[in-house]
Amino acid sequence: MPKVKIPRKSTLIDMTAMCDVAFLLLTFFMLTTQFKSDESVIVDTPSSISEIKLPDTDILNITITKDGKIFFSIDNKNFTREKLLAKISEKHPELQFDGREEKAFVLTGSIGVPLNQLKGYLALDESDRKMYQQPGIPVDSTNNELGDWIMQGRLSNPGVRITVKGDQGCPWPVVKKVMNTLQDKNVNKFNLITDLEADPNKLKGI
Amino acid sequence: MAELEQKQAGGKKGKKKGRKKMSTRIDLTPMVDLGFLLVTFFMLTTTFSKPQTMEINLPVKPKGEVKEEDQNSLKASKAFNIILGKDNKVFWYLGLANEPIEGPIETNFSAEGIRKVLQEKNASIKDMVVLIKPTNDAIYKNVVDILDEMNISNIKRYALVDIAKEELDLIKNIN
Repeated sequence: MPKVKIPRKSTLIDMTAMCDVAFLLLTFFMLTTQFKSDESVIVDTPSSISEIKLPDTDILNITITKDGKIFFSIDNKNFTREKLLAKISEKHPELQFDGREEKAFVLTGSIGVPLNQLKGYLALDESDRKMYQQPGIPVDSTNNELGDWIMQGRLSNPGVRITVKGDQGCPWPVVKKVMNTLQDKNVNKFNLITDLEADPNKLKGI
Repeated sequence: MAELEQKQAGGKKGKKKGRKKMSTRIDLTPMVDLGFLLVTFFMLTTTFSKPQTMEINLPVKPKGEVKEEDQNSLKASKAFNIILGKDNKVFWYLGLANEPIEGPIETNFSAEGIRKVLQEKNASIKDMVVLIKPTNDAIYKNVVDILDEMNISNIKRYALVDIAKEELDLIKNIN
């Protein structure tokens, strides 16, 4: 009995189209990507319905962790960080930084050490610096270094926008201290970084 | 695809003479693999959404002594006070701490809680001013939530105020 021959179809598929798509996406992501900055602290921000987006540059950020430690960071547009460090050592003549420490300051993320420990912190290796438990910037009324940082940060980049990124669980007195410090430095308008939450008024409309 | 067809057309193996025609087709599978691997990598490392922010304006700190008559006095009947306590507790009262017109009443952050009260009071009291008073036991989330409630209920006049001792006593009695 003759077998009915089914013509065998090739299992090979033309990959060209798929390849095109893959590389198109790849190009897109490569061009739009912005790498997550490696934050030395993890902060879980509260959510709000506010939809104002934050710009990428001209940001002076104050981070408050869950246990109430305060960190300071500023973006490095137009060499703001170099200027800032120069201003700091100008104001505190006992703090002089060498080239290596300056470079470390520019590259590092958030700063959370008191000024007298800053030099030692910057002198650490990069990997050691990541492991180092930063104690936070003091904001006590007798020794308010955060005020100094804000002041010098604004002098280094006058167009800077100040943001506060607090953890959900951080105690209110710490936030109040930060806000009072900002008010003392005549910063009366600033942004709180939050996650997005659905607006119940808009939900009703659906 | 093409390779296979060529073989079928060629008939038996080994009989063909001369140079073998090489297919110009390349197997693109590894290239696609690589492409998608990189796509995945960039997709995971990218931060698409910029963080949202909430803008707040604090009043300018007065310099020197403030005279009594310079301060904006507020009618007691229009002052709606919110106290943020320990463990996400919210208390509200209307009027002054030593003689509250209504309250103090404990509530919570749900839609049926403080939001309902705020919307009712905002509709019934003209020019209501909300005074937000976080205690030292409150956490940052509570304050952001309450500021958010102001936006949700579209209340324009509100202020963050330090808590007074009488108010602490007031909420102590509820617990």
